[in-house]
Amino acid sequence: MRRAVLIAVPYLWLLALFLVPFLIVFKISLSDAAIARPPYFPQLEVSEGWSGLKEFFAELDWENYIFLGEDVLYYQAYLSSLKIALISTVLTLLVGYPIAYGMARAAPEWRPTLLMLIILPFWTSFLIRVYAWKGILSTEGLLNQLLMSLGIISDPLTILNTNTAVYIGIVYTYLPFMVLPIYSALEKMDDSLLEAAEDLGCSRFQAFWLVTFPMSRAGVFAGCFLVFIPALGEFVIPSLLGGSDTLMIGKVLYEEFFSNRDWPVASAVAVILLLILIVPIVLFQLNQQKQQEAEQ
Amino acid sequence: MAQTVFAPWNDPKEKPLIEFVNVTKRFGDFTAIDNLSQKIYAKEFFALLGPSGCGKTTMMRMLGGFETPTSGKILLAGQDIGAVPPNKRAVNMMFQSYALFPHISVWENIAFGLKREGMAKVKIAARVDEMLRLTRLEKFSGRKPHQISGGQRQRVALARSLAKAPKLLLLDEPLGALDKKLRQETQFELMDIQESTGTTFVIVTHDQEEAMTVASRVAVMDHGKIVQVATPDVIYEAPNSVYVADFIGDVNLIEGTAKARKTSNTTKQLAAQPIAEPEVSPKPEPSSDRKPQPNERGEWLHDKLLEPVLGKRAAVQKTVATAPISETATSVAPAPKPSDLPDGGLEIAWLDNGKPLIASNADPSLDGAKVVLALRPEKLSISTEEPDAANVLRGKVIDIAYLGNISTYYVQLETGTMVKAQIANTRRVSRRDITWEDQVWLSFRATAGVVLEQEA
Repeated sequence: MRRAVLIAVPYLWLLALFLVPFLIVFKISLSDAAIARPPYFPQLEVSEGWSGLKEFFAELDWENYIFLGEDVLYYQAYLSSLKIALISTVLTLLVGYPIAYGMARAAPEWRPTLLMLIILPFWTSFLIRVYAWKGILSTEGLLNQLLMSLGIISDPLTILNTNTAVYIGIVYTYLPFMVLPIYSALEKMDDSLLEAAEDLGCSRFQAFWLVTFPMSRAGVFAGCFLVFIPALGEFVIPSLLGGSDTLMIGKVLYEEFFSNRDWPVASAVAVILLLILIVPIVLFQLNQQKQQEAEQ
Repeated sequence: MAQTVFAPWNDPKEKPLIEFVNVTKRFGDFTAIDNLSQKIYAKEFFALLGPSGCGKTTMMRMLGGFETPTSGKILLAGQDIGAVPPNKRAVNMMFQSYALFPHISVWENIAFGLKREGMAKVKIAARVDEMLRLTRLEKFSGRKPHQISGGQRQRVALARSLAKAPKLLLLDEPLGALDKKLRQETQFELMDIQESTGTTFVIVTHDQEEAMTVASRVAVMDHGKIVQVATPDVIYEAPNSVYVADFIGDVNLIEGTAKARKTSNTTKQLAAQPIAEPEVSPKPEPSSDRKPQPNERGEWLHDKLLEPVLGKRAAVQKTVATAPISETATSVAPAPKPSDLPDGGLEIAWLDNGKPLIASNADPSLDGAKVVLALRPEKLSISTEEPDAANVLRGKVIDIAYLGNISTYYVQLETGTMVKAQIANTRRVSRRDITWEDQVWLSFRATAGVVLEQEA
């Protein structure tokens, strides 16, 4: 009994803050846009009883989803989002793994400091940090000035308002989410495993590929999902750093919701985004479960 | 079935497998290994024993290639291996933590080293199966390391390190993580495997019992130096220093001043023996027949148990322990009589009542020196009546440690010195005659102890 109560707490939490809002969004996605407040129709009229409820359900339809399927823009936006999220995840992994490895290999007295340095950027607002990148990447920005004064380039590079800037922004923002799980996997590793691998005939490089990397795989998976999932729906970074041709579903969602005030279509976009995300989220959960089992 | 004694270290023609030549290893200011030279021979089971920080692990890691000597050479089969990295050495190591790869199965763990050699798949499979059989792990080959018990993990680690058939296997505290019972079983398994594979084993341990059980030779280390290298019995019976005597097993150390005893011709030889020779058991008296001689305990058992049935045993020419054991005289072990007291050796004057202790096996050249008489507790007899023996001490039982098979009596002498005596519990404890606060006599033979020079 007590156990049931205990388990009920997180489930109630999920129910109230995830499932109910989702159902509301889902309901809106089945409605029609209306010039009203709130800007959609039908509304549920509880006072009209059973017939009101029947009428309400009769008005709901899949029209918005069909619209999303017909307009190539949405399809492209989803695809482009997936591509950008995927590429940024790989880039973040390439940058993050060596950092995590270096931290795990560092002298134990240095590790808390290094960990602090990784977490430190979170103390500044995310929005301000992304704005700061505008200053760095713009044509007259710090990066171009530095490169030109060093004589590496003669004409300023156009980085801001391109996909490159979006990649830089995502890698920068989500790096800690990649570094921390990999670090925690590597840090647990016993040094004698590497010595054993060498003892059994591995070169240093083989020992890394055959022992270190497989053992940090759980951390790599966790880090990749933690970057990929939020990057897919990212809105702030593409809208601040990306150009007009940077197509991401987060941006589309924003446009539909605030510019067009078409809540039903925006809701449909959000529901489909969620469905796309279910795949990696389930994979992520399975990975976590497997890791927990391995640790027991 | 006679077995030839395995003692290549006594054969000057034998070439050592490993040779440390003036090896020194420093970590910053700390000298871990101090100008050490040592030979280890093929097929030996060589134990490095010492307290933590004595350099034993460093020595092993240098053999494995994980540390390089600061100066000096390490030869493996005559070749300097100082600069050879661990993955190029015909040496494998079993790690203290076992270092099994957690992400692959037992089978894959054992095959790991073989695969790196680029061995053919069929050969690898055959070799792995052989190793699984040797370590009785066939049933567990598909499991991951976290799915098997500690003892099984230990065997996987052993199988993995043996799979490549190394010339030399290094074992770093291999049994440290096992409980006592399993440890004892595994010790014998290790010895069996060492014998059947013919591999040279070097084991590092801080557990002296383990070293004594498994090793053909034990090296006792202290502060980066090897203090003594010898077979386990010599280490135990004839330690060459107070450090070794104190480190191995229980010991009573009685300090005093030595004085040479008069020597007669017949015993000169005995007295001149080097002290490294263990005094394993009392020298048998010259006997007309070559029948096996019953030892003291055998005789006592005969007297106690068989006499009523079989009658008095044939009186051997020994004068020992023939005194009938009455109900009042409760000596647990028969005390040696002074009449078998050999000449020679040393008298040791010490704190107690002026009567010197006699050590007839000691080196008379220590005359006048400050010495320590190292006495193993089990070599002492305890009785409630004054025995007739070469060395007799009187004291009071302060404490009794009952260990099941044996009991250790802590006896405080009149001078305040505490002396331990260990007696086998051949009787039930309820029949024990000596208890706390009892006045007792401790006695030991003139050859029971080892006389060592006092360390500065």
